[in-house]
Amino acid sequence: MTAKTRTVSLAKRGFDFETFMWIFTRLSALAMYLCALIGLVGALILGARTEMNMAELIRWTFMPSPTHVLNTNVPDLAPWSTLFWKMTGSVFIFFATAHGLHGLLSVIEDYLARPRMRLTLRIIVLVLTALMIGIGIYVLWTA
Amino acid sequence: MGLRRNVGLFTGLRYQGKGPMLTYILHRIGGLGIIIFVATHILASFAGGTVGVFLNTVYEHWLFQIFIFFCALFHAINGLRIVILDLWPKLIEHQREAIWVEWAVFLPVYAIAVMVIVRTALGG
Repeated sequence: MTAKTRTVSLAKRGFDFETFMWIFTRLSALAMYLCALIGLVGALILGARTEMNMAELIRWTFMPSPTHVLNTNVPDLAPWSTLFWKMTGSVFIFFATAHGLHGLLSVIEDYLARPRMRLTLRIIVLVLTALMIGIGIYVLWTA
Repeated sequence: MGLRRNVGLFTGLRYQGKGPMLTYILHRIGGLGIIIFVATHILASFAGGTVGVFLNTVYEHWLFQIFIFFCALFHAINGLRIVILDLWPKLIEHQREAIWVEWAVFLPVYAIAVMVIVRTALGG
């Protein structure tokens, strides 16, 4: 190994929008794994082993919304619609929407080289992200 | 910020990157599939009515479930590989082995899920 360093310090490289979203995409992925794990373990603690089938458990794992246990054999919906689950679901919606719409942005930007259009697109995606987070959390809390 | 690219979409698609390129393409397809599903799902439950009921019948169809479970599972497993290799850059040396591990996890889990979905669809 040569002593020559292959990395650039953060100050020299600059911490711009792309760098921020690059690390955000990775960390939000980890956060979503954690949300899914909390949902899975929580459902099993609440009795999913005998009261839900595999598809219903997976559906709950991806989004801990009380509407996702409506058609299962769960006798009482109350433990499934607590503040804790609403907060977990809201965090999940926030990370999923921001992660997903930024992913959509980076796919489109790969085929879009004009700076003006890229800036317009970024503003549209930012507005769309805020809107979808709002709608998603509204649907979850009023379900 | 202006980027000059001399490669068009169709030339790009002919790039023969083998294994890593395949995961890259499938990661994109999976991501877009999840976006379309989640966005329409949230908007359908927001709007309700006949549109919501119609979309629910689409989600419950076994063909759609096979497709969306492929998207979600592959995106999740491949995403975990990307996160691990990106946060610990020294591991990038083992990228090809990581992709083999990824398929070794993905294929059995997906095969079992498809079997369950098809058996449920057949009424078993």
